[in-house]
Amino acid sequence: MTEQVKFYQVGSFAVGNRLLPLEVRSIQSDPGRSNALTSGHRACQGCGEALGARYAVDAAMRGADGKLVAVNATGCLEVFSTPYPETSWQMPWLHSLFGNAPAVAAGVAAALRAKGREDIRVLAQGGDGGTVDIGFGCLSGMFERNDDVLYVCYDNEGYMNTGVQRSGATPPTALTQTTQAVGESPGNPFGTGKDVPRIAMAHEIPYVATATVADLHDLEAKVTRAMQLRGARYIHVLVPCPLGWGSASQDTLKVARAATQSGLFPVFEAERGEVSAVSQIRRQVPVEDYLRLQSRFAHLFAPGREEARAKLQARADRNIERYGLIGPHTEALPGPAEDNPAEDSPHEEGTP
Amino acid sequence: MRLQIEGSQAVARAVAACRPHVICAYPISPQTHIVESLSRIVKSGDLPGCEFLNVESEFAAMSVAIGASAAGARAYTATASQGLLFMVEAVYNAAGLGLPIVMTVANRAIGAPINIWNDHTDSMSQRDSGWIQLYAETNQEAADLHVQAFRIAEELSLPVMVCMDGFILTHAVEEVDVPSTEQVDAWLPPFEPRQVLDPDEPVSIGAMVGPEAYTEVRYLGHLRQMQALELIPQVAADFEAHFGRSSGGLVRPYRLEADGKPVETVVVALGSVLGTIKDVVDERRANGESIGVLGITSFRPFPMDQVREALAGVRRVVVLEKAFSIGIGGIVSSNLRAALDGLPLEIRTVVAGLGGRPITIASLHAMLDRAVGEGGGLEPLEFLDLDHDLIARELARQQTGRRSGPAAENILKDLGAVRATPF
Amino acid sequence: MFEVRIHGRGGQGVVTAAELLSEAAFAEGWHSQAFPSFGSERTGAPVIAFCRVSPTPIRVREPVMKPRALIVQDATLLHQVDVFAGLRPDGFVLVNSAKTPAELGLEDLVAGREGRVMTLPATELARHHFGRPLPNAVLLGGLAALTGLVQLSSVTEVIARKFPAKVAEGNIAAATAAHHQVLAEMAGVVEREVSGAAAD
Repeated sequence: MTEQVKFYQVGSFAVGNRLLPLEVRSIQSDPGRSNALTSGHRACQGCGEALGARYAVDAAMRGADGKLVAVNATGCLEVFSTPYPETSWQMPWLHSLFGNAPAVAAGVAAALRAKGREDIRVLAQGGDGGTVDIGFGCLSGMFERNDDVLYVCYDNEGYMNTGVQRSGATPPTALTQTTQAVGESPGNPFGTGKDVPRIAMAHEIPYVATATVADLHDLEAKVTRAMQLRGARYIHVLVPCPLGWGSASQDTLKVARAATQSGLFPVFEAERGEVSAVSQIRRQVPVEDYLRLQSRFAHLFAPGREEARAKLQARADRNIERYGLIGPHTEALPGPAEDNPAEDSPHEEGTP
Repeated sequence: MRLQIEGSQAVARAVAACRPHVICAYPISPQTHIVESLSRIVKSGDLPGCEFLNVESEFAAMSVAIGASAAGARAYTATASQGLLFMVEAVYNAAGLGLPIVMTVANRAIGAPINIWNDHTDSMSQRDSGWIQLYAETNQEAADLHVQAFRIAEELSLPVMVCMDGFILTHAVEEVDVPSTEQVDAWLPPFEPRQVLDPDEPVSIGAMVGPEAYTEVRYLGHLRQMQALELIPQVAADFEAHFGRSSGGLVRPYRLEADGKPVETVVVALGSVLGTIKDVVDERRANGESIGVLGITSFRPFPMDQVREALAGVRRVVVLEKAFSIGIGGIVSSNLRAALDGLPLEIRTVVAGLGGRPITIASLHAMLDRAVGEGGGLEPLEFLDLDHDLIARELARQQTGRRSGPAAENILKDLGAVRATPF
Repeated sequence: MFEVRIHGRGGQGVVTAAELLSEAAFAEGWHSQAFPSFGSERTGAPVIAFCRVSPTPIRVREPVMKPRALIVQDATLLHQVDVFAGLRPDGFVLVNSAKTPAELGLEDLVAGREGRVMTLPATELARHHFGRPLPNAVLLGGLAALTGLVQLSSVTEVIARKFPAKVAEGNIAAATAAHHQVLAEMAGVVEREVSGAAAD
């Protein structure tokens, strides 16, 4: 069946396909791609999750020779992709509940194995709420059984679909409707939250990776890599949410890039509990550059909030240290004692 | 094959004979022997083409079954009590999605207070979920109902719950003609799903449905259960033709006539207590009393017509139930009232056996003596063998001050650490 | 219908004893039912198991309230739990103990039940024959002799089928020894009764 596939300009250096040889161009640029999450879904303008899912799922389909079953947790992706009576999915797709996607996917994988159809692969998808909180028990169960499932978590750092409430993935100081910017420590408290990629690593599963929509080639490559492996695999994708984060819908990639380039969101791969590869920072930015893009952090720029900002910078610095995010090719920031002008960066367009 | 065998083992073998593709379970008393047995059967290679998953919770167990069934696999799990409650979200999900999962519920009470012994509170709590609910009277019937359950479930695309009394049946060793794989192969067709996750014919399953269509989707579920009212007796009859014994069906009447007329009194019940009741009724019949028994095998769908037909002409119905609805009273009796609406008979509810309290022949006789006696009969709602003294003492304690302490522990203290009687 | 009740503590194989007995009865063509009255797995807690044997199918599910035979696997239960509750006047009692019924303070029980109340050092027999203090199968050998409910051969066949060979061997030897010991004691009692009657 021939299909009208639309091309989208997603950012000149995010995909940059025309300058690349055919074989390293992104899967999304291929008119023969599966287009598993097709157009017509109801995602918000600038939705990072829709973007990430489109890339991730088509890459997974490619890696599965088109034989892929998706299990989706309740959440933004499920809701905007299947507005009754329509569906955007051009693949077998199952939505059960909020907290059970990993277990349901394990059941699908077991069924396929029992029926001798291990050529059909299984992809589980969920937001941070369904993965980090309510689905956490099932996620850990899937990991420790080493079920043959690739689980992709689209992390927009909160329960966005229900009106922006705090989850276990919400970063400290972030404003949500259940961690308001009031009181002595406005926003989400420090000292809470979970680092699920590291927890996944602690299960010593075959593959764990983090990615963001700022580097879609990287996301596709990681999904492709994951599909070459069997057993429990986990990819954690940072997907900015303009609505929940209070960022401009056209800034989604910029926000994601600032998250990685500040060190707040480390991008790496791990196999069986050991970090195996790291995406080093290209041009380091201070954490404040990231914060200023999002009104969920606006209260951090009121007087007296220097300590909170400093703590966030310390978190970023810790990640840089821990994962070795600054390397010989990094345009690193000057040390803390020196002045820190960042206005000469040609890639930062406009102000929040 | 005729064996003297533990109920759980018989059920495990019957389930294995149905060649499930995926078995998943989380252990909980008193279901453990069933899943342990199935685990051994699968692990030793006696059930090829079957995957056994040890899951991290009952919620995961039902979820794995959902995924497996949606992928076209014959899926089975088992639970009881707290475990059933823990998976409730998934229980409703399975029914709503129309997935033909079969699940054993080894009936057990629900806490607080925590109690591992038998009653029907667990399965009764799920009577609205859309699952078909069948109650076994004996271990023979328990084994047979699982075989019938797969056929009923797959034909209707509805999940089926087979309820068997925890400990009383699961841990009882008695005679069971365990269905063999060969027998079942010749009777139970391979699973042909109505919907399946298939890359060659992709579908989306589990979309959100708004006000414009939700009612219709739910009504369809009800309609399918109504179809079960026809299918269940057909399957039972076909089972009898092939396996040579009567098991399952909607209701099981016992001696409902005396001298060609309907008896005066009928005791209605579900599950294993029917055996004890029949012994009591036989004794009373021998003494000239006009009394019979109606067992209900299919609680969902509720066999309105069959119950009405069986009890029309009866003067007095005593419903003996192992659960009750706090705040109103009997559950089975409420359902029964709907079926008997308009008939000139008296219905009495006797709640018995809660938390594993034995239902004895002596107590049943005493209760029935009062039911048929001259002293005004039974109260509309009674609790068999209720210790009124214990209740009075706890109430008095609560009167004396605010900090009267946890009620359950107080009552246990009143009973004493070592009881005078063994049970 | 012949109803048996077995008392013991968790870990002594009380439930297994009831099951073995029911299987022996089944092998002889009876209908039989065995079930436990216990809860969470806990060594040392009092445990009760029941066994019914009947020529007709068994429907009743209540605990055995009026046992025709009682086995007490652990004598420490004697004055702690009312193990004799409901015992029929024509009932049999077999207590696992090296002491006599009189030494155990069971004179009232024996009265009217001469020849039907016995003690048996089953734990010692077990230790002697297979090195472990597990009296359950041993006591069944004794029960078979005391009541005639089942044949010894049915009991030993079930043991052979259910237990691994090495374990089965020792249990069969011990059960057989128990059987003969009870028979001998019964003969002695009959002798005493006969001679007692003759003396009247």
